[in-house]
Amino acid sequence: MSLDPATIRRIASLARIRVEEHEVETLQTELNSILGWIEQLNEVNVDGVEPLTGGARMAMKMRDDVVTDGGYPEKVLANAPDRNGDFYAVPKVVE
Amino acid sequence: MTQLTDLTIVQARDGLREKDFSAVDLTLAHLNGIEALNPRLNAFITVSHSQALDQARAADKALAAGEQRALTGIPLAIKDLFCTAGVRTTAGSKILGPFVPPYESSVTANLLRDGAVFLGKTNLDEFAMGSSNMTSAYGPVENPWKRRQDANAVLVPGGSSGGSAAAVAARLAMGATGTDTGGSIRQPASFCGLVGVKPSYGRCSRWGVVAFASSLDHPGPFARTVRDGAILLGSMAGHDPKDSTSADMPVPDYEAACARGVKGLRIGVPLEYRMDGMPGEIEALWRQGLDWLRSAGAEIVDVSLPHTKYGLATYYIVAPAEASSNLARYDGVRFGLRHDGEDLRDLYERTRAEGFGPEVRRRIMIGTYVLSAGYYDAYYLRAQKIRALILKDFTDVFANVDALLTPTAPSAAFAQGENMDDPIKMYLNDVFTVPADLAGVPAISIPAGLDVNGLPLGLQVIGKVFDEETVFAVAAEVERAAGFTALPAIRAGG
Repeated sequence: MSLDPATIRRIASLARIRVEEHEVETLQTELNSILGWIEQLNEVNVDGVEPLTGGARMAMKMRDDVVTDGGYPEKVLANAPDRNGDFYAVPKVVE
Repeated sequence: MTQLTDLTIVQARDGLREKDFSAVDLTLAHLNGIEALNPRLNAFITVSHSQALDQARAADKALAAGEQRALTGIPLAIKDLFCTAGVRTTAGSKILGPFVPPYESSVTANLLRDGAVFLGKTNLDEFAMGSSNMTSAYGPVENPWKRRQDANAVLVPGGSSGGSAAAVAARLAMGATGTDTGGSIRQPASFCGLVGVKPSYGRCSRWGVVAFASSLDHPGPFARTVRDGAILLGSMAGHDPKDSTSADMPVPDYEAACARGVKGLRIGVPLEYRMDGMPGEIEALWRQGLDWLRSAGAEIVDVSLPHTKYGLATYYIVAPAEASSNLARYDGVRFGLRHDGEDLRDLYERTRAEGFGPEVRRRIMIGTYVLSAGYYDAYYLRAQKIRALILKDFTDVFANVDALLTPTAPSAAFAQGENMDDPIKMYLNDVFTVPADLAGVPAISIPAGLDVNGLPLGLQVIGKVFDEETVFAVAAEVERAAGFTALPAIRAGG
């Protein structure tokens, strides 16, 4: 399976990363080489194997659904690139 | 008297207790070393000079009151992937350049609870994605070791925790934190002649550690001796309700485990780790390591981990997939870099294009692709199944042996610029370390010998899940037998 320029642009768009036209070819070469190398996994027989999602060996813990933290908007907003009062500010989304 | 920067943590602990020197003396010695050598090595992105001295003074006060905890007054370096309250945390990325966390990661909070002094934040591959520290937005790190015949070549410290490894090797810190997702503690430990510990998945909390691949990220320590590594892990480890994958089980006395010996242990030799093209001296060192353990009373057993060769390719699906999801949070809205755009979407796209370096962009795009509709089953689901087979390999083998001995990396440290032409060539560095991350089992790299150029080579001990104690026991025996005393060319006071 080989990625064409349109697919590269689509992936970049899904990933919300701006890709300039002159970058498409390089990305295409690099990503195709990585995916080509990954193809070796097709040799493995995985019939009847249950997928493993993670390294954790124990069941997830449950806790009461209560607020345990919060109430400090200044700390939360301290790193905001732009703010308006106690809110993050972004370019206008709704006209 | 030995220089303060040459002491091990065990020696420094004794010296502080006996009042041979103060915590301020010890911290100043390291800060002076950093001042002298960091402009060259670039091991630290941020040096927290005044905070370190405040912590050292507090340690002296505690010591004067007869209160000595596991790490009271011990100066450490913290990988710049651990959030530290009030101290800038960049993850080696431009996108987090302005980020100052208002909170402390659980692992660093544990170290502070035990009295540690933080000297600063160490350099790393951007978002811990790399094996050479060359992808950092804050410049490469120089390995303090030099080739005997070619002292001008600037070598990489390995990665991603390259700054931590270089700092501890050059005596700029007594120990350091790292994170290991595909080998990011053990490979730099091998390249820099250090002990690097990757504990079991869940042993150290991930809370407050900038996430790369959540099911694979393992915080752990760097140290110059196995015993120092055991002390550091003992402090860093422990259950944390804020990380739902954190193991709720007691933390054993790892330092005591170092003295257990290996008599009667069965040590497995996985045949699949004998790789084509691996330098003969690494194979010879491996054989030597097995002889050491045999002489100390262990039984050596050939074993097979049949899916080893698929570890890397599996990793390069699973890790980018998780990364593409984890790194979605860097959108220029709540923290970090923002690049303004015509509208919100344009703001996201410009911010992420400007903020992420080429390797991170590549991995996010691979991850996005393997998770996208129509390709999920062919790539991601298949990789998860092979991951299950890799875990089964380990489970089967550990029914018959107590630990495994392997090389840590397929080469010694390489020069800056080498292996840069092809991403896959760089990925191959982690061929022996990735399987333990995929399976979540504990592993330690120990400096065991030198190559023909005088560069350190590590051996790796891999153990059963949550049996770090046996791993420490075997590692301590390898360390004892190897008697590794070589020193890097560049070091504080050297």
